[in-house]
Amino acid sequence: MTYRLAPIDTGAFAAERDGGDLTVIGSVVRRSDARGHVTGRTEFFEDVAPPRLAHLKMHRSARHHARIRDVDATEALAVPGVLRVLTHADVPNNLYTVLKLIGVQPDDEPVLAVDKVRYLGEPICAVVAETEAAALEGAARVKVAYDDLPPVFDVEEALREGAPLVNEYQGQNHFVYEGHHCRRIRFGDVREAFARADHVFEWRYQSAPIEQAPVETTGCVVVPQADGRLRIHSDTQACFFTLDNTALILGTPFNKLRIVGGTVGGGFGGKVDVVVEPIACVAAMAVDRPVKFVYDRAEEMQVSSPRAAERIYIKDAVMGDGRITGRQVTLYVDAGAYARHTPYGTTKAAAHLPGPYSIPNVWADCHCVFTNRTPSSAMRGFGVTIADFALESQMDRIARALGMDPLQLRLLNAYRDGDLKAHRKVAKGTALVEVIQKAAELAGHELPETYRRMSSTSREGL
Amino acid sequence: MAKLRGRGYASVNYPTGMNLGGDPSQALIHATTTGTFVVSLSSVDLGQGIKTIAAQCAAETLGLPIENVLVDTADTDTGPHCMGTFASRGTHRVGNAVIMAAAEARGVMLEVAAEELEVDAADLETDGTGYIAVKGARDKRVHITDLALAAHFKHGRTISGRGIYLKEPSTPVPETGEMDPDSCQAHACTVAVVEVDDETGVVEVLELFNTYEVGRALNPAMATQQVEGGAWMGVSHALFETTEPYYPARDHGPRDFAGYLMPGPADLPVQHSLLLERPADNGPYGAKGIGEMTANAPIPAIANAIFDACGVRLTAMPFTPERVLRGLDALRTEEPC
Repeated sequence: MTYRLAPIDTGAFAAERDGGDLTVIGSVVRRSDARGHVTGRTEFFEDVAPPRLAHLKMHRSARHHARIRDVDATEALAVPGVLRVLTHADVPNNLYTVLKLIGVQPDDEPVLAVDKVRYLGEPICAVVAETEAAALEGAARVKVAYDDLPPVFDVEEALREGAPLVNEYQGQNHFVYEGHHCRRIRFGDVREAFARADHVFEWRYQSAPIEQAPVETTGCVVVPQADGRLRIHSDTQACFFTLDNTALILGTPFNKLRIVGGTVGGGFGGKVDVVVEPIACVAAMAVDRPVKFVYDRAEEMQVSSPRAAERIYIKDAVMGDGRITGRQVTLYVDAGAYARHTPYGTTKAAAHLPGPYSIPNVWADCHCVFTNRTPSSAMRGFGVTIADFALESQMDRIARALGMDPLQLRLLNAYRDGDLKAHRKVAKGTALVEVIQKAAELAGHELPETYRRMSSTSREGL
Repeated sequence: MAKLRGRGYASVNYPTGMNLGGDPSQALIHATTTGTFVVSLSSVDLGQGIKTIAAQCAAETLGLPIENVLVDTADTDTGPHCMGTFASRGTHRVGNAVIMAAAEARGVMLEVAAEELEVDAADLETDGTGYIAVKGARDKRVHITDLALAAHFKHGRTISGRGIYLKEPSTPVPETGEMDPDSCQAHACTVAVVEVDDETGVVEVLELFNTYEVGRALNPAMATQQVEGGAWMGVSHALFETTEPYYPARDHGPRDFAGYLMPGPADLPVQHSLLLERPADNGPYGAKGIGEMTANAPIPAIANAIFDACGVRLTAMPFTPERVLRGLDALRTEEPC
C-alpha cells in the first residue's frame, strides 16, 4: 500500500521535536473506515430501514418576510397516505436556540413557524406520510395565506434606524453582547496610531453565503422503542448536543432519547444545527411509527444554514518601513433570520483579529446582524476564513502600495512568542515566520538573509 | 487576448478548539479478555478520521499494536460525552481524553503483569509488539492476550481507564474583548500561481505551494489528505461557491450541483505541500487542530495572484469570470489606451 505523503520538515523547531521511540504515532495507519467507504459497505443513518417507516417533508415559506394569516392543511390531509400534518401547536417547546446549552439567549427561533415567517424556506408544516412521494405531495398541497412585510437583506441597511425588524425575540436587528451592540476588541489607541502613521489604508471586503455541500445531506431516522424511548439514527456532528437540544424542545427527560451516529458523509459545520431530529421525534411520537426526515439537495443548499456572508472594513496605520501600527476592523456577519451559531462565530472572529500579526493598537467592532435570509451557522473555519480573505488581501495591497515584497511585509509584522495579542493573551508556540520562510523556499521566492534568519522564538532582524 | 499568469501570497494562523473553551470530551477504555482494548466514545467521524486517530493515541499510550485497539463510537447510551466534531477540536480534545484513559489502563496492565511475572511494575516495559517485558531481561515477558485473560480469571482485575479533556471556559470582557479563546494555534502559508483568461474571465489555479505547521502529524498520510483536501476547498471557495451569487439579492440561488459548482479533477492545481511540526505543550503528542485552517490561506493567495496576473483587485468572493471581466472592463475605462 502506498500513500501520498507530504514531506515533514525536520529543520525548523528541531530542538522541540522529540523523535522519541514512538511506534504508532507519526506512522501511517490505514484510515479505519477507508475500505468500507470505497466498497460501499459503510452503514450510514439512511441504511436503517425499520418496518413501517413513515416519511416527513416540510411545507416551507414562500415569502422572505410575512405574517401568516392562515394555514389550511385540508387538501394535504386528503392526499392518500398522508398520516398527519404537524404545526407549531404539536411541538411542546416550539421556541428554541441551540446555543442555550452554553448560555446563549434568548430563544429566538420556532421549530415550526407560528404567526410569521422570516426567511424564504422557513418550515411551517411538517407532513408525515406512508411514502416519501405522499409526504411531498401533501407538503405541496398545504395552503398558507400571507400578509407580506418588507424584508431587509443588507447588513448595514438592517442596522439603520427604521429598518424592518427581522426577529422580535431578539428585539433589534443585531445580537446583543453583554449590553453592547457588538463584540468589541479595544487594545491600545488606534486613533493615535492613525495620527502618527505615514500611511493610512482603508478597504472593504465582502463574501456571500457558502454551502457546506456534504455528500450526505442532513437527516435522521427516529425509531420508537418498546420501552417508550426514541432511538435516533442521525448524521449529526455532535451527538449529545443534538440529544440535549432535542430533549429540551420535546420537554422530555434527556434519557428518553438515544442518538446513534458517528459515521457521517461529510459535515463541514452543516450538521451542528439541530434541525431535523426534534420534528422527526414529534412526528414519530404522533404516529407511533419510525419516521425519516432527510433534506433533499435543494433544501441542503437553500434552507440548511450556510457559511455567513461577511462584510469587512479594515483601516490600517502603516509606517514607511512596513510596520503596521494600528488596525481598525468593522465586521458585519450576516446571521440571517435567527441566531443559530452566529453569535459564537462573531466572537471567534473578534478573537482572531488582527490576524497573525503583532499590531500594538487594535480596535474591532464585530456585529452579528439579523436579515431576512436563511439563517447562517457553522461552517469550516467560520469567523476566521472570510476574515483571512480580507486580512491577507489587505496585506498584499499594503505591500504593493509601499513597493515591498509581500512576504517580507508579513515577516516584519508576524507575531512571535511572547507577543501580547489584541485579546491580551501572550502568544506562544507561534510558527508564522517559519511557514512563510519554508513557503518561500518551496516556491523559489528569494528572501534576503536577514529575513531568512528570522525566527518565531526571537526578535532577531526586527 | 491572452492568458495572464500571476503569483499571490497569504499566511494565516488558526485556533485549536471551541472558541473560549468549555468543550469537554471523554473517553473510556477497557480490555476484553481477548487482550483487545475497546475505546468508547460518542465522537463523530465525518470522514476526517477521528476513529483512526483515537486508535493510534490509545495504541501508542498503551504500548500495544494498533490491531489491539477497537474504537466504539457513537452511541449516547454507551459512549461518554463528547461536545462534537467541529472547531478543529477532535484530534486535540478526543486525543487527549484517549491518552488519559489509556494511561490509566496501562498502569493497571503493568500492575497485573507485575503480579503475573512476580516483578516490580516499575521494571516493566512495552515495545509495541504486544508483549510486556522486564527491562533488560526481555525473555521474561507476557503477551497481552494471556495477560488480559489472567487479569479477569486469575487476578480479578479490570484493565480499564477513564479520560477527559476540558479547556476551562473563558468569558470575554465585553469592554475590551480580553479573553482566552484557544488552546494553541496552527499556521499555514500559501503561494498560489494562477492564469487569468482576459477574454473569458476564467481563473485557473495552476499550482499551490503550501506549508502547514501542525504541531505534530499523528498520521502523516491522513495529515496529507487533510491539507490537500482543505486546499481544494479553498480553491473551490475562491473561484466557485455561493448559495447567493448576487448577494445581498436573494435571486438565482442554486438548488443542485449543476448550479452550485465546485472544482472537478481537471480544475485541480498541482499541490506542493510541506508539513512543519512545533509540538503544542497541551496537544496529544503535540498535535494541533488543522482541519479548518487548511481551506483558508488559498483564498486570499488566489485573490492576490489574480491581481498580480491582470491588475484586477477582487474584494468580493467568489472570484467568478463575471467579476474578473467587470474588473478588466473597469481597468480599461480608467486607463483608456
